[in-house]
Amino acid sequence: MGLSTSILLTIALAPLVGCVLAGFLGKFLGRAGSHTVTILGVAVSCALSFYVLYQLTVGGAPEYNQNIYTWFQIGPFNASVGFMVDRLTALMLVVVSFVSLLVHVYTIGYMADDDGYTRFFSYISLFTFSMFMLVMSNNFMQLFFGWEAVGLVSYLLIGFWYKRPTAIFANLKAFLVNRVGDFGFLLGIAAVLYFLGTLDYATAFAAAPGLAGKTLQITAHTQWDAATVICICLFVGAMGKSAQVPLHVWLPDSMEGPTPISALIHAATMVTAGIFMVARMSPLFEMSSTALSFVLVIGATTALFTGLIGIVQNDIKRVIAYSTLSQLGYMTVALGVSMYSGAVFHLMTHAFFKALLFLGAGSVIIAMHHEQDMRYMGGLRKYMPITWITMWIGSLALVAVPFTSGFYSKDAIIEAVGLSHRWGAHYAYFCVMAGALVTGLYTFRQMYLTFHGKERFTVVAAHGDEHEPAPSDLVYDVHVSADSHEDEHHSGGQPGVLHHPPKESPWVVTLPLVLLAIPSLLVGFFTVGPTLFGNWFRGAIHVDEANNVLAELGHEFHGAAAMALHGFTQLPFLLVLVAFVTTTYIYLFNPALADRIKSALKPLWTVLDRKYWVDDVYFAVFARGGVLLGRGFWKASETALIDGAMVNGSVSLVHRIAATMRRLQSGYLYHYAFAMILGLILLLGGYWLVGSGLTGQ
Amino acid sequence: MISLAHYIVLGAVLFCIAVAGMFINRKNVIVLLMSIELMLLAVNMNFVAFSRFLGDVAGQVFVFFILTVAAAEAAIGLAILVLLFRTRSTINIADIDSMKG
Amino acid sequence: MNPQLLQLICFYAFGFVTVAAALSVITLKNSVHAVLALVLTFFSAACLWLLLEAEFLALALIVVYVGAVMVLFLFVVMMLDIDQEKLREGFVKFLPVGLIVAAVMLVEMLGLIGVRAMQTKIMGADPALAAGMTNNTEWLGHALYTKFLLPFEIAALILTVGIVAAVALTLRERRDARHESASQQVKVNPRDRVRIVKMAPVRPDESTASQEPQP
Repeated sequence: MGLSTSILLTIALAPLVGCVLAGFLGKFLGRAGSHTVTILGVAVSCALSFYVLYQLTVGGAPEYNQNIYTWFQIGPFNASVGFMVDRLTALMLVVVSFVSLLVHVYTIGYMADDDGYTRFFSYISLFTFSMFMLVMSNNFMQLFFGWEAVGLVSYLLIGFWYKRPTAIFANLKAFLVNRVGDFGFLLGIAAVLYFLGTLDYATAFAAAPGLAGKTLQITAHTQWDAATVICICLFVGAMGKSAQVPLHVWLPDSMEGPTPISALIHAATMVTAGIFMVARMSPLFEMSSTALSFVLVIGATTALFTGLIGIVQNDIKRVIAYSTLSQLGYMTVALGVSMYSGAVFHLMTHAFFKALLFLGAGSVIIAMHHEQDMRYMGGLRKYMPITWITMWIGSLALVAVPFTSGFYSKDAIIEAVGLSHRWGAHYAYFCVMAGALVTGLYTFRQMYLTFHGKERFTVVAAHGDEHEPAPSDLVYDVHVSADSHEDEHHSGGQPGVLHHPPKESPWVVTLPLVLLAIPSLLVGFFTVGPTLFGNWFRGAIHVDEANNVLAELGHEFHGAAAMALHGFTQLPFLLVLVAFVTTTYIYLFNPALADRIKSALKPLWTVLDRKYWVDDVYFAVFARGGVLLGRGFWKASETALIDGAMVNGSVSLVHRIAATMRRLQSGYLYHYAFAMILGLILLLGGYWLVGSGLTGQ
Repeated sequence: MISLAHYIVLGAVLFCIAVAGMFINRKNVIVLLMSIELMLLAVNMNFVAFSRFLGDVAGQVFVFFILTVAAAEAAIGLAILVLLFRTRSTINIADIDSMKG
Repeated sequence: MNPQLLQLICFYAFGFVTVAAALSVITLKNSVHAVLALVLTFFSAACLWLLLEAEFLALALIVVYVGAVMVLFLFVVMMLDIDQEKLREGFVKFLPVGLIVAAVMLVEMLGLIGVRAMQTKIMGADPALAAGMTNNTEWLGHALYTKFLLPFEIAALILTVGIVAAVALTLRERRDARHESASQQVKVNPRDRVRIVKMAPVRPDESTASQEPQP
């Protein structure tokens, strides 16, 4: 049995039904009703997604590519809604629906006492629907629809607590930064339509080889390669959505949203839409090695430098957010060396372990009564063992310890970059290698600060079980950066003071953690062979033979276990080991050392703490510049030109003319008579001068 | 020998006298009305002369109508004058400026 | 004497009188005198029209204008108590302006008319006779009652409206005058004047002040 349209429609629409029911009938359904319908919708999608993957992989079903509905038609251009389901899509469907389902379940626990409970469920179901539309699309138009729809839901969810000024600021920032990327994306789509004459994937990809040699004259005397223009424009869209430097600034701020959202949207699925899009467009990107070099450099820069910022962050979610940025950089690097399947593979493994880390962080935050600052945590492992263990699993996957799923994807990327001959590959190799060390540093630091060492919080409870607060022991910096938000939920308003001792979260929270820990640990081991080296994606991803680093890598691949054992001797693992030893020494045995290192490297620390001043520059240039420009236009065109000259100007002109004319209107008969006679004289004179011949003279 | 020019020139002279009269008697409505009568006479003079010299009856018919309308106009104009004098006790045009803008 | 020369002499004589009288109209201090000068202007103009063999219009001018309109002017001028001196303010001041304007206009008109060209146009035979009519009046009357009948009727209408308007404008009801209303007198109803009252007979000894007639 192949894939039927109804199955695919059900996958896409089931979350939408849940969203509509929870969104419009939320009051009627109540809390339990709302989460039941939405979870049911997503569960149906999830089950069917697994079924689709099974059919495509084992069942031997043919790939599905069909238009279902014609949206509108302009001349030869036909905008339709259609599905293209191949193995790439199926993999994305499974990842999205699985993580989404777990996040839905997790939300029951996390949002238990929030007023926007039903609204939240409606939003995440809407997100799931939008993401399905994005990944299942068979044309650029629908892709753009899904692209914008997930952006919209992201905006809504970052600003979910809309009474917090910081949340509103963050969602506005995310929205505006994404506009920059989407502008490029739209230009790219327009360029595709211009050069290839169609927005349908299959037709466009078939026509892609015809792009070779075509040029576009954008500026005078400069011919741009058409494929390069298209790919770079499309990639600018991916840079916005997948938060690549320099459009990365919105992702850390998006942590203002509820934690389930950070896990679902800002770690596992939406931010990887850019990666998915580039992988989907591989036939186009293969046409331009310039564009791929651009992708490579951007990705490498993101991978290393955003990870460095993560080392100095104190907010538990922000550390993971910078880690996400860094990992997205890894995926982009993989795209840049034409290792699309590697990027998607890392996307999948990253979705599992990063969602796990975020949900684990959320669990910690619940336990700490919405305190997110790691400087007030520590020693939590004895209070919440499940969270502790699952987060360690996620962390090990993140730092790519052999045998974990993160190892297979990340190590393959590092190896592939090392083998690539593309321009910029040396720089990228350095970045991803150094990135491995940096990943280790911030990950272990976060784990130690959160779960190990001394308890740096105080419990002020009714039964008087009071720990001595240890502000003097705080060796960590207490600098509050400009955008670090003061969480209004934390107890008593004073940081590090709890009313109840932290305890393990309920089962709806820990169950998703466990369910995510399993694939984080194992999925890589079982899938690395087929996905990376077995041409599992078939026609979905197209790689030129000349660029195929994976094939080169495949010669050395002798099974997952052998790869992992080999990994123990490689440089990345050694770097992780170095990071492990360093952080263990500093945070477990000699806490004062961290402070000393910080003072010693004060300039470097400042650079990282200010995030390379990117935000400040954007503020100074774009935000303030925009305001100044707007004010200038307001003064010049609105106030001066329209109000002053056109509106008031015409009024005063009429007024002035009228004032002059009024003086003519003296009311005296003889003035009027005089005017008449004067007119007669002029008329006669005119006739005399012009037409003296009229009378026959 | 009387030519058409004689009458035309006479008409023009009469018209210009009337115009001059409007200027120099700018305050006296009665003289203004009389100046208008003079203008009409000048016009009529031309009409009659042209009618005679061109042998077209229409000119004299037109003079007939002008006389009719001028009589009515004079009657109404004087009636207004009387009314004006009754309400404002003056016919000085300088005092009549209600229409001033 | 050559009749044409006589005509010319007559034209100059009447023309001179017309212009002189017109000048007096605009310059005389006394309005009554000005009206009389205007009468003279019209009179001599009528004579000029007679020279053109436009007898009907010449007589109509005298009868209608001199006989009716000018008399109306005289009535009005005499009836209103006008401060003549005040009305002549600015006479000297505006005299040069008026003269200049008049002179400019005259020059322009003469230039436009082309006096020289018109001089070639000599008066021919009476057009009334040429049209087969016995005289000017018949000629004009024939035209008025055939070709120009509708404008003629409209002219009559305009005159009627002029009469009504003039009367309506100047008519005023005197509040202090006593007058009878004939229509009210005719429309009188006896019941409005006399009321018949029925009442019980009253004896003289029982008479009290409380007896009032019932309505």
